[in-house]
Amino acid sequence: MRDIIFKRIITLILPFIQVYGFYVIFHGQISPGGSFAGGIIVALGIIAYATAFGAEEGRAVLPEKVTTWAESYGTLWYALLGMVGIVKGGPFLANRLAGIDLGVPGTLSSGGLIALLGIGVGIRVASTMVTLFFTMLEEEV
Amino acid sequence: MNLRTLLVLLIATLAVYVMLGAAAELPPYGVPDSPAFNQLAERYVGKALEETGVLNMVTSIVLDYRAYDTMFETIVLFTAALAVIVALKTGGETGGKR
Repeated sequence: MRDIIFKRIITLILPFIQVYGFYVIFHGQISPGGSFAGGIIVALGIIAYATAFGAEEGRAVLPEKVTTWAESYGTLWYALLGMVGIVKGGPFLANRLAGIDLGVPGTLSSGGLIALLGIGVGIRVASTMVTLFFTMLEEEV
Repeated sequence: MNLRTLLVLLIATLAVYVMLGAAAELPPYGVPDSPAFNQLAERYVGKALEETGVLNMVTSIVLDYRAYDTMFETIVLFTAALAVIVALKTGGETGGKR
């Protein structure tokens, strides 16, 4: 499985997979896709790399510390963004009700908190997929 | 066939019966007065852009109207990762790689 062609091709296309995944996450509010799909694409790039080079090399690309950190604080980030609504006098996770400027529809900065929430969810999904894959790969029972 | 297999079969049959009964109660597809076509869908289709400022309507529903749902969906992901780690990580000085 780990021959030279596979490794070269993965090395070539990995940056493009990552850039495309983050593009899908960041442009969730103006184009098809979104945080869940983008997070899966980012995670699949890492998983393809680890399939070609083995678990040790894959871990070197994305250390366990990073995925643990994302796992731990992803939902906290989401809840903190929800607190913005309470601080500004609206309900939890309020967006327009809290008086946040929604911007011009169709631009990257539109939607107020939605873009920030999408980034959190995307990183969450990616870290969960990578954690599941590496845990199953490393701990051969 | 022992008692345990019999019990499993009984429970499975009951579950299938309940689910088929629930499926039989569903309204037929494409009927205009089915409960799925209520004012909620019109609200989403008509006002999503004005109320959330987002062109992608799926994102506006997932991250604005149903933001609570998405928040606990991330907790579901966390629980899935946690369950796999608890089940598979050996840890300690026997097999842990940290």
